[in-house]
Amino acid sequence: MISIFQNYGGELLTGLGQTLLCSIIALFFALIIGSIFAIMETVPNKAARIIARVYIEVFRNIPLLVITMFFYVVIPMYVVKISGFASGTIGLTLYSSAFIAETVRSGIQSVDPGQMEGSRANGLSFWQAMRYIILPQAFRYVIPPLGNQFINLVKNSSVLAFVAGFDLMYQGNVIASDSLQSMSTYLCVGLLYLILTLPLSYYMRYLEKKLA
Amino acid sequence: MLTVLGAYSWVNIKFLLEGAWVTVFVSVLSIILSYIFGIILGVIRYVKIKYLSAIVGFVIDIIRNLPLILILFFTYFGLPHIGFKPDPIWASVIAMAVFESMMVAEIVRAGIASIPVGQMEGARANGLSYWQALRYIVLPQAIRNMIPAIVSQFISLVKDTSLATIIVLPDLMNHAQIIYGQNTNYTIPMFLALAVMYFVVCYSLSLLSRYLEKRIGGNNSKKHDHAVEQAIENGSDA
Repeated sequence: MISIFQNYGGELLTGLGQTLLCSIIALFFALIIGSIFAIMETVPNKAARIIARVYIEVFRNIPLLVITMFFYVVIPMYVVKISGFASGTIGLTLYSSAFIAETVRSGIQSVDPGQMEGSRANGLSFWQAMRYIILPQAFRYVIPPLGNQFINLVKNSSVLAFVAGFDLMYQGNVIASDSLQSMSTYLCVGLLYLILTLPLSYYMRYLEKKLA
Repeated sequence: MLTVLGAYSWVNIKFLLEGAWVTVFVSVLSIILSYIFGIILGVIRYVKIKYLSAIVGFVIDIIRNLPLILILFFTYFGLPHIGFKPDPIWASVIAMAVFESMMVAEIVRAGIASIPVGQMEGARANGLSYWQALRYIVLPQAIRNMIPAIVSQFISLVKDTSLATIIVLPDLMNHAQIIYGQNTNYTIPMFLALAVMYFVVCYSLSLLSRYLEKRIGGNNSKKHDHAVEQAIENGSDA
């Protein structure tokens, strides 16, 4: 294992960097898209609710790999050439946004309806009430589940290995076939993934206990 | 247009269905295995047996926080180094079962923890031993609470079987890739077929989970719902 780190340290670090970069980009956009659809699910307009529901159900019930491969195979063929990293990140963003939307929606709905009624009665518009009263409270509820979604996102970013995204998993495969030591290579890769996910996972469990 | 429709010729459909059969086979087998082992491991983690529970908890935390693809690679390329060489189907069943057992174990632990302590105390006070109380009083209630979370875990299991194409499991995803690899005109029809087939399976499972949630939710206190919701959020994929 130590020899793998010595000989392929550079590759492993680049992979770790790419995984982290992809996860952060995907998290950023998935949070925005997810929150938009979560809010759309709670507005009074029926059409908006249906659109949000369809979006969430579609991207939640199709495997991440199918979405990613779609952007890797179909989009370059018919629309525009994009790199493996980009297609992986787009796929990951869309897939995660559906899960984040579900999480945020459950957060919004766990806020007492009286809060919305109260702020409407006090003269705020629906959007003002949403922005200043409901969302700040909802986000406090959803921080632990959102953290868990982020852990999933980091793990799911390994799908980049399918589309030549040069992430940690991809580098791991390259190193495994180069060094012929697949057992210790995958142990190294696993260790690096754990460095990313395990502290976060324990922190989220601590937060859950604190909030419960 | 006709060339595109050719994608759905009987030969291709049959080939896709063969792939779907492998997906179903791997999914069902790993669902059964992970349900059994998940409950066993979750109970072990909960009951605090000296050393054993700590070790099991540690292993659960480690495996839950690794990507499934890594575990697939590990079983398929790593295990032969220690003298056990599974074929792609069994390698994916082993990998999925191990990974999902850990997920289910975590749900089970959260589910048992959500049962009020009074249940256990009452059962003990009525003369049941610790294990009897766990087996006949606590666990049945916990499992009833956990069913929606477990079903949504199994939905991600079905989706995650597609990842096993990376170790050349001849599943739905892999067969679709073979078809559009031979004729690039078939790419979009194949992705459509993939999306529809996975969607139908996973969506009907999620309807089932919602139905169960509603049926079970009726006679539950708020606290249980919250715990189950947490477990659903914690339950994850890949």
